[in-house]
Amino acid sequence: MAELLKVENLKTQFNTEGGVVKAVDGISYHIDEQEIIGLVGESGCGKSVSQLSVMQLISTPGEIVGGEVIFEGQDLLKYKAHGSEMRSIRGAKIAIIFQEPMTSLNPVLTINQQLTEMLELHLKMSKKAARERAIELLSMVGIPSAKSRIDDYPHQFSGGMRQRVMIAMALSCSPKIIIADEPTTAVDVTTQAQLLELMKDMVERFKTSLVIVTHNLGVVARYAQRIYIMYAGRIVEEGTTKDIFGKPRHPYTIGLLKCIPRLDEEEGRKLVPIEGLPPNLINMPPTCAFLPRCSYKVGRCFQESWPPLKHLHGQHYISCYANTEERTSEPAAR
Amino acid sequence: MSPQQDDAILDVKDLKMYFPVTRGILRRKVADVKAVDGVTFTLKRGETLGLVGESGCGKTTTGRCVLRLYQPTAGQILFEGEDISSLSESKMRHIRSNMALIFQDPYSSLDPRQSAGSIVGEPLKIHNWVGSQSEYKDRVEQLFRLVSLDPSMIDRFPHEFSGGQRQRIGVARALACEPSLIICDEPISALDVSIQAQIINLLEELQEGIKGLTYLFIAHDLSVVRHISDRVAVMYLGRIVEITKSRTLYENPLHPYTKALLSAVPIADPFVEEKRERIILKGEVPTPLNPPSGCSFHPRCFMAVPECSQVIPPLRNVGDGHQVACIRV
Ligand SMILES: Nc1ncnc2c1ncn2[C@@H]1O[C@H](COP(=O)(O)OP(=O)(O)OP(=O)(O)O)[C@@H](O)[C@H]1O
Ligand SMILES: Nc1ncnc2c1ncn2[C@@H]1O[C@H](COP(=O)(O)OP(=O)(O)OP(=O)(O)O)[C@@H](O)[C@H]1O
Ligand SMILES: [Mg+2]
Ligand SMILES: [Mg+2]
Repeated sequence: MAELLKVENLKTQFNTEGGVVKAVDGISYHIDEQEIIGLVGESGCGKSVSQLSVMQLISTPGEIVGGEVIFEGQDLLKYKAHGSEMRSIRGAKIAIIFQEPMTSLNPVLTINQQLTEMLELHLKMSKKAARERAIELLSMVGIPSAKSRIDDYPHQFSGGMRQRVMIAMALSCSPKIIIADEPTTAVDVTTQAQLLELMKDMVERFKTSLVIVTHNLGVVARYAQRIYIMYAGRIVEEGTTKDIFGKPRHPYTIGLLKCIPRLDEEEGRKLVPIEGLPPNLINMPPTCAFLPRCSYKVGRCFQESWPPLKHLHGQHYISCYANTEERTSEPAAR
Repeated sequence: MSPQQDDAILDVKDLKMYFPVTRGILRRKVADVKAVDGVTFTLKRGETLGLVGESGCGKTTTGRCVLRLYQPTAGQILFEGEDISSLSESKMRHIRSNMALIFQDPYSSLDPRQSAGSIVGEPLKIHNWVGSQSEYKDRVEQLFRLVSLDPSMIDRFPHEFSGGQRQRIGVARALACEPSLIICDEPISALDVSIQAQIINLLEELQEGIKGLTYLFIAHDLSVVRHISDRVAVMYLGRIVEITKSRTLYENPLHPYTKALLSAVPIADPFVEEKRERIILKGEVPTPLNPPSGCSFHPRCFMAVPECSQVIPPLRNVGDGHQVACIRV
């Protein structure tokens, strides 16, 4: 499928009193039409900031300091954040679903008011047509008796139901891309399964691409076709889902897989924790940020700056100087 | 295993905890939230029992009843053979030195104005566990080392520690008076993925080192619970629906809710995921204020028959310590 979005060397930083926080430090990724990709990493590694940067939703003290976001042949970063071009893209062509629906749903407006606003603005629908379409969308995402519930306020819905409303809103203008930023972290596991399954069905039906942002490796193993692993503002490994889980090659990815319990593991399996802590992104040294925690490090890691992405094969890349292949030939964590 | 190790340290029988819902200025009771509604389980000395279930199913309430932080509405709690369900507060204080709690949130559960050392040592003072100041100091340092914290950090304050280190402080405090039972209520869910394994391993190593140390491990993450537990109890809406050995939980779940719960947890392995069956439940967890009749899972159950709405299925033994509450099994 054709490439839909291409992000090149994107850099976003926060200029704080304590120093410059390089939240996103030169990441490149792409997403094809109708593709589901996963963006994975621990808290604070820059997942949300990278996605907010694509949408130009960064405010002071944050600043996008470099890179390109090519969508439909245009560099979105050339547009003004509050200009009409960005407004015609945000929500309409690229939609975002946040972790906590209450931060993105307006508590004083009914679901109808919020859903129809988008339809009237972007698709120039009449009030009546927009309301009908909104009801249709709500039943599509599994809101029972949508016709009567559409005039309710967000607080009258449960957490899972609000997330469904968010999905309906994201779908309303048939966007090309939906970004789901930890859409299910705040809900229970059976609800999470319902919502992820719903999202998968919906992106198939609407022929939309989906970016799943999460720290849950299981979620991307189940749903994503390709995966980007982030650490300290950078992408350290990328590949197809089978590359990442079948032949992980970056020490951080290898470490993550060894330190998480899995449901089907053998009895008596020992977890191998990753030593040390994730870095504070202020005033980072130029060397690889994973170096202090790495068990594969070689001399070169101390002398040179952060390793550029190295091509392994097919779509598999890592950012690492060490030879991790020998030691990963042992079967992956099980 | 010696018979000493095989005996029950905790025996909970038909535990109920109802919270009254009141209305008006007279605070008239209008209903009950049946947070825990007839829970029965046994904990053997030295084992880890996992308590798993979705938000609001009554895990924390069960744990708090065992510690008698709540006065249960009904039921028995036999701790070391003694029924503590209605002991007076002064007698309970003595018992409590033998039980401890590790909280979920390492950020808010530690008093920010107390030094790490005094947080860890506080139970020693409360329970008069040490004789002299030097004994106290030695014990606190020993506890720091036990959880792999450098004793030179004793005078630091909580905000000077990372999340994982703070949880270690919580663990050290829980261990202070050598309790035989520790209730771990979501001890790792607030931590970063790469840090969680450190705390899981710490809890496992402590149990290997301290004879008879028993855990009731509460969490909603099934993979974590299965990893750390010898046996797992699955809760739904105030009741236990299945208890089984950790191994059998994945290989041979019997209750339809357990099956759905397992299938909802994705495994970090696309090769396994390809082949897994997915059970997507309908609807959401009902409120314990107004639970469905009969088996409270029946409205969402893919195996339900009309009878399920009429009888509350008892937890019954199906062999080899495997217990399940379902009339369809
Ligand atoms: N307004 C801000 N001011 C200063 N630093 C910020 C600000 N917003 C984000 N950051 C920093 O940018 C980094 C990346 O944050 P981001 O929210 O993208 O993380 P994340 O990967 O989405 O984490 P999580 O999994 O917790 O959502 C973090 O280190 C964070 O502290
Ligand atoms: N002090 C209280 N007063 C009234 N209702 C309560 C009280 N404590 C808990 N409940 C209710 O009892 C039910 C069980 O709560 P509990 O905290 O035990 O659940 P849990 O399984 O620990 O959930 P979680 O996974 O969210 O921690 C919930 O419906 C809750 O709202
Ligand atoms: Mg985020
Ligand atoms: Mg709880």
